[in-house]
Amino acid sequence: MRSFGLVLGAVALVSLGACQKKSSAPTTVKIGVFEPMTGANAAGGAMEVEGIKLANEMFPTVKVGDKELKIELVISDNKSDKVEAANAAQRLVDQDKVAAVLGSWGSSLSMAAGPIVKDKKVPAVALSATNPLVTKGNEYYFRVCFIDPFQGTVMANYAFKELKAKKAVIIREVSNDYSVGLARFFSDSFKKLTGDEGAILSELNYNTNDQDFTAQLTTAKSMNPDVIFAPGNYTESALLIKQARELGITAPFLGGDTWETPEFMDVGKQAVEGAVFSTFFATEVPITETSKTFLDAYRKQYNKEPAAVTALGFDGYLVVRAAIEKAGSLDGPKVRDALAATQRFPGAAGHITFDQNRDATKSAVIKVVKGGKFTYLTTVQP
Amino acid sequence: MTLALFLQHLANALSLGSLYALIAIGYTMVYGILRLINFAHGDVFMLGAYLAFYAVATFLLPWWAAFLLAILVTALFGVVLERVAYRPLRDSPRISVMISAIGASFLIENVGIVVFGGRPKGVQVPDVMNVRLGLGGVSVMSVSVVIPVLTFAVLAILLWVVHRTKTGMAMRAVSTDLDAARLQAIDVNRIISFTFGAGSLLAAVGGIMWSYKYPQLNPLMGTMPGLKCFIAAVIGGIGSIWGAVLGGFLLGGIELLTLAFLPTLTGYRDAFAFVLLIVVLLVKPSGLLGGRHVEKV
Amino acid sequence: MKPKRTHLYSLAAAVAFAVLLGVADATLDAFSLRVLDLCAIYIVLALSLNLVNGFTGLFSLGHAGFMAVGAYTCALLTMTPEQKEMNFFLEPIAPWLAHVTIPFIPALVVAGLVAAALGFVIAAPALRLRDDYLAIATLGFAEIIRVVLTNAQSITNGALGLKGLPKFAGTWEVWGCAALSVAFMVLLTRSAYGRALKAVRDDEIAAGAMGVNVFRTKVVSFTVSSFMAGVGGALLGHLLTTIDPKMFTFMLTFNILLVVVLGGMASITGSVIASIGVTILMEALRFLDGPLDLGVFQLEARPGLRMVVFSALLMAVVLFRQRGLMGSREFSWEMLSRARLPWRKGGPAGTDGGTHGVA
Repeated sequence: MRSFGLVLGAVALVSLGACQKKSSAPTTVKIGVFEPMTGANAAGGAMEVEGIKLANEMFPTVKVGDKELKIELVISDNKSDKVEAANAAQRLVDQDKVAAVLGSWGSSLSMAAGPIVKDKKVPAVALSATNPLVTKGNEYYFRVCFIDPFQGTVMANYAFKELKAKKAVIIREVSNDYSVGLARFFSDSFKKLTGDEGAILSELNYNTNDQDFTAQLTTAKSMNPDVIFAPGNYTESALLIKQARELGITAPFLGGDTWETPEFMDVGKQAVEGAVFSTFFATEVPITETSKTFLDAYRKQYNKEPAAVTALGFDGYLVVRAAIEKAGSLDGPKVRDALAATQRFPGAAGHITFDQNRDATKSAVIKVVKGGKFTYLTTVQP
Repeated sequence: MTLALFLQHLANALSLGSLYALIAIGYTMVYGILRLINFAHGDVFMLGAYLAFYAVATFLLPWWAAFLLAILVTALFGVVLERVAYRPLRDSPRISVMISAIGASFLIENVGIVVFGGRPKGVQVPDVMNVRLGLGGVSVMSVSVVIPVLTFAVLAILLWVVHRTKTGMAMRAVSTDLDAARLQAIDVNRIISFTFGAGSLLAAVGGIMWSYKYPQLNPLMGTMPGLKCFIAAVIGGIGSIWGAVLGGFLLGGIELLTLAFLPTLTGYRDAFAFVLLIVVLLVKPSGLLGGRHVEKV
Repeated sequence: MKPKRTHLYSLAAAVAFAVLLGVADATLDAFSLRVLDLCAIYIVLALSLNLVNGFTGLFSLGHAGFMAVGAYTCALLTMTPEQKEMNFFLEPIAPWLAHVTIPFIPALVVAGLVAAALGFVIAAPALRLRDDYLAIATLGFAEIIRVVLTNAQSITNGALGLKGLPKFAGTWEVWGCAALSVAFMVLLTRSAYGRALKAVRDDEIAAGAMGVNVFRTKVVSFTVSSFMAGVGGALLGHLLTTIDPKMFTFMLTFNILLVVVLGGMASITGSVIASIGVTILMEALRFLDGPLDLGVFQLEARPGLRMVVFSALLMAVVLFRQRGLMGSREFSWEMLSRARLPWRKGGPAGTDGGTHGVA
């Protein structure tokens, strides 16, 4: 019993600690930022948080009814770990009593938060989590990016129409949901486009944290594909492409939005020149007025070019802010309904309209690595 | 499969195997003396690679100077690690020492995350290691030629030290029977420190060569190579230097050649090493070149 | 003190604990409840690891694997066909699994049994190895299990993971399992079998000479431990309502090992206290990972500080207080009467008092 008292005491202490931080004055609205600040996904989390923070600095208040409330961000690290993620999410909705949740980078982490926000009727907006399961069957989870099927299709189209590719090899990161999903949708649409069931010469796998890909690449080389589709984490992909070039593979590499990080270039160096991938946003072609505002502010503050997911972080914040304003309330279901009704919201990374699965339908951007920079190639409409 | 293709696969396997062998030698040395799986060996390996990276990137040393500096500092670190984490437990149950080793491994990794940052870093590979050599249809990087040479050089030096020097003789004595060695007036602590230092130095050499071959650093980079090279050492017969080299090549060969002939198994790759380990342990627990270890009551 | 009176104490403690649990269930907010439930799951897991590592002296590092098997078994047995169809959108689920749905408690038992069966199969070869070889072989088995789960897409949904597991693991269920585990362990350690385990741990050869069937004892201990790990994994899955292969890495085993070592190898009381302490500390120290605006680091400031604290804690315990919190001692009422406050406040666990009542 005493130990139970200890538990209770400690739990109370924890809650107290959480309470102290927020000192809930009625003049603020809390928005939870649910991102990995540590662990495998820390890099992605940091980029999204950059965008959210920037948006918060530029638009620090929201009008609810006739009151102007200050928006306070509550940042919670989900450690790139599911158990921790569930705790972190629960803490956000329960103890911090946030009005909405933003995040997380990494679909499986978002999925851990799914049932929690649904239970508490707190709307959540994923920024770059592309796994369809995140929003499927959960009317409180939204996302401001497109999903894997679309991205896979876009790259298949690009390979077929722009590169005139007839045969492709897929190399996927089998322990990564994102990579597995993209690979499947690429494969389906590429077969359909070429009208050739044998258009995918081979599907080869590797695991997260692998560093040697020579066996897979040598096999791929022997098949002589026109193009290699290798979506995955930038950490592995950069090494993979480097080794491919070292083995004398000249076929172009195609991938997904995860490649767009400075580390991809830092590790891959000259080898990743010419790598093509789809992503959400290009700084060269501001899509909306908001894009310009965002770009100017970001460049001024950080003195570099923003990543696409940073723009999505920015958008997620704005979309939630607009929904709260429209709902005129902090009530979860009302904000949710306002979110669901979002039509052509002008975000930094394009107009956002949620479909019936609460996924944003928006255009994709294709970029290429050129001269050590991510360079805009073209825009693909949904 | 064409001949050129097979040769390419073989070249890949030799290149990876020699790297495994290089790291496995360090494992086997430490284990031979202390009968301890140094779980932190992979993290020492990581540390060596990071030190070389910072010596080049921050202190702008030429790569060979960075290399020398990094392996010496890492060796020193190994000596300290043994003193702090393992020596106080020398007379404790083995389970305690193992837990200490796991704890040390996690501590180094987590401090690594805090100090170096969790995001990976790209390594500037020295030009001499980064030349593409083509022969027939086979293509390898120069670093892949350097590594086997280095592995055999290290092997030769170690064999010389162990069999031809006084320290080596003392090492063998400690390895055979620690207490008896002590009675022979061998300074056991000094020998163990020396072995740990040498083992860590080898880990650093392995880590740096690894980072030249796979030019990307992250604080957890040592975990998998650490485990695999330990497995290589066990397969070869732990405690045997030749065995470690054999085990390294064998593991590299089996991993890559299985994938070459059965591409559908590529997703299962990380399991190969463990399956091999379990099979070897069951069939010949002392490893391929390991001596018999008699259980003492 | 007469044994009768201590039994009465234990019974009273058990009742009081149940009442407190009821109060907590009714009044605590969901976050505190979640932490409370996690404590119970850690108790199950820590006890199961302690059974093998502490009581039998087999250093096994394969726990994450058995948890994974338990979690997947239970999830696949309890999910509704609709949930399964939604989850398996890339590759359809194996037909024989698609329409199976059974209630939670039987599913939990099956999950434990499947994990136990696997444990049994692995035990036969692995337990011929000793010490560090056993450690690395069990770690290897866990790794193999994870790789297989990742690749068997039509059964486990591969890397996509499963979501929408029914949230069956409520406070009563998890604490019920924890209480059962504690009761079981208490009974076991007091039985002749428990003494056999400890004999094997302390001196295998002597134990063999005394007529203990060493190998069989080890296998049974390992199998039972796998059962408990499987149940613990299943509970964890249903608490989170989502699982994927990446959850079950060595990191998870490390966390449980931390609990066992801190609490004291071969102490049930220690494992219980440490489970609760570590789970709460993990949450309470969360601020260490937050962007600690020290001025120097800002956004990229970091992370991992909390795990540094925990690894350092583990090292410190192993180096300076090898026996952990409790060593191999157990809580008893006599202990209380001997020294009024043996370990400052809130030391001895009411939970154990409760199970003594059960015992």
